[in-house]
Amino acid sequence: MDWVADFWIPLIKAVVVVLALLVGGAYMTWGERKICARFQVRYGPNRAGPFGILQPLADAVKAIFKEEIIPLQADKVIYVMAPGISFAAVLITFAVIPFGPDVKLFGEQVGLGIGAIDVGLLYLLAIAALGGYGIVLGGWSSNSKYSLLGALRAAAQMISYELPMGLALISLVLIAGSLNLHQIVEFQGNWPFVVMQPVGFLLFLIAILAESNRSPFDLPETENELVSGFMTEYGGIKFALYFIAEYTAMVVNSAIVATLFLGGWKWPAFISDLHPLLGVGLFLAKVLFVLFLYVWIRASLPRVRYDKFMRFCWKFMVPLALVNLAVTAVVVTVV
Amino acid sequence: MLRDSVVGFWQILRAMGLTLKYFFTKPVTVQYPEEPVKLYPRFRGRHQLLRYEQGPYEGLERCIGCALCAAYCPTQCIYVQAGENKEGVQRSPGERYAEIYEINLLRCMFCGYCEEACPTGAIVMRREFALADYNREILIYTQDRLLQPAKPHIILLDDQAMTSDKSARGARTKMEHAKATKGK
Repeated sequence: MDWVADFWIPLIKAVVVVLALLVGGAYMTWGERKICARFQVRYGPNRAGPFGILQPLADAVKAIFKEEIIPLQADKVIYVMAPGISFAAVLITFAVIPFGPDVKLFGEQVGLGIGAIDVGLLYLLAIAALGGYGIVLGGWSSNSKYSLLGALRAAAQMISYELPMGLALISLVLIAGSLNLHQIVEFQGNWPFVVMQPVGFLLFLIAILAESNRSPFDLPETENELVSGFMTEYGGIKFALYFIAEYTAMVVNSAIVATLFLGGWKWPAFISDLHPLLGVGLFLAKVLFVLFLYVWIRASLPRVRYDKFMRFCWKFMVPLALVNLAVTAVVVTVV
Repeated sequence: MLRDSVVGFWQILRAMGLTLKYFFTKPVTVQYPEEPVKLYPRFRGRHQLLRYEQGPYEGLERCIGCALCAAYCPTQCIYVQAGENKEGVQRSPGERYAEIYEINLLRCMFCGYCEEACPTGAIVMRREFALADYNREILIYTQDRLLQPAKPHIILLDDQAMTSDKSARGARTKMEHAKATKGK
C-alpha cells in the first residue's frame, strides 16, 4: 500500500476541505447578514471587529454558553443526534466535488477534489436527500406541534423538489455522457452547461433553493406560522449546529451549481494555459457568485404559500423538466 | 399558463433589479455614538430649567415656583415645592422660587405642555434624548440636574430644513408630494 498516495493525501485533503467548509459556513452567516443589510439600505453587523468580521466567533461563543434545554417529552437520543445528522450530511456532500485540476504539490500529483468516483452525480443526489433526515428527525423528536409541522413540510418539499432536480440533471448527463463530476467539468471547457441548458439551470436553481429550505421556499421554518418550524425547540449549540448546517449547505449547494452548470474550475477554452491553481480561484469566484445570488433572491422575493409552492412543483416544474429532457434527448440523438 | 409564466418570470427579474438598485445605495443608518443625529429644531427632548442670562436679573433662576407646569402636566410627572425668597439669598426675581423641582422622566411623555404653561419661560425642552439608565431613581431629575444644559451629539437642522432639505429624513416637499400623487 502506498501510504502517501492512498492515505495521507486524501486525509489532508479531507481535513482541509472540512475546515474550509466550516469557516465558509460560519462566514456565510456574516456574509448573508451583511449583504441582506445592504439590500435593505443598512450596514449590518459592524461592531465585532472591523466590518463585523468577528461576528461569527461572537455568535459561536454565545451559542456555546447558552443553557442546554431538552424538552421533557422529547425523544432525547434522536433530539440530540438530529442536528448532527443534518450537519454531517452537508459535509460529506462535498466529497465528490472537484475544486481544481490535477496539480503537482510538494512533489506529489494531487487531484483537487476528495473522491473522483464515477457515480459522483448519483452520490450528490443521494447525500442531498440524506440531509432531510436531520430535519425530519429533529422535528419529530422535539414532540411539539410546530416542529412536527415544520418537519412534515420539509419532508414533502424535499421529496417533491428532488424530482425536477433529478430530471434537470438527467438532461445534463445525456449531453456530458458521464456521471463523474470531473468529466462533467472537463466537458464544459468550451461552453458551460448554463448556456447549453438554460431551462435546466433555472429548474435546478429553483429546486436547490427548495431543497436547502432557503427563502422564498423556507416553508419548514416559516416564523409567522410555525414559530421556527423544526428548530422551534432547539437552543444553544444544537440550534447553532442546525444553523451552521443550513449555511454550510448553502456553500455546498453553490459549489454544486458552480460545478454542474457554471463550468467549475475550468477556464474558457481560449485562455487555457494558466496555472492550474488559478482554476481554484475561478471555482471560488463562481461559488461566491451563486451565494450572492442566494442572498439576493432572499432579499427580493416573498415567501410562497404552501399549496402554491406544491402546485408549482408538480404542475409546472416537473412537466417543464420532462419537456426539457425530451428535447435534449432528441437533440443529442440527432446531433 | 405560458403567458403567466413569462409574465411571472419578468416580474421576478424586475423585482430583483429593484433590490439590486438599493444594494448600491448608501445605507441610511446613522452610526449614532460616532456620528451625530440630525434633529429638527422643534424636537422635544429632556427638560432644562433656565436662568436669566442678561438684564437686571442676570444669573437668577427663571422659575418662580408657581407650579403651573405641574398643574398642566397630563401625566403629573412634575413636582414643585415653592420657597420664599429672603433678603440676601435671592434665587429668583419676585417673592418665590422653586425649593424642590423634580421631573419623573419615566412618566413624562414629552408633550411640551409644561413649556407652554410656564409664565416666565423657565422650563424648556431641549434636544437631549439618550436618557436610558440603570436605575429608576436616576431618572427622577432633580432641580440641580435640570439646571445643567446637556450636550447631545446632534446636528440641529434649521427651520428651513423642515420643508426644503431633502436629506432630512421624513421630510417631503410639497412639490415632491404633488409629483408622487400626480399620476393617481
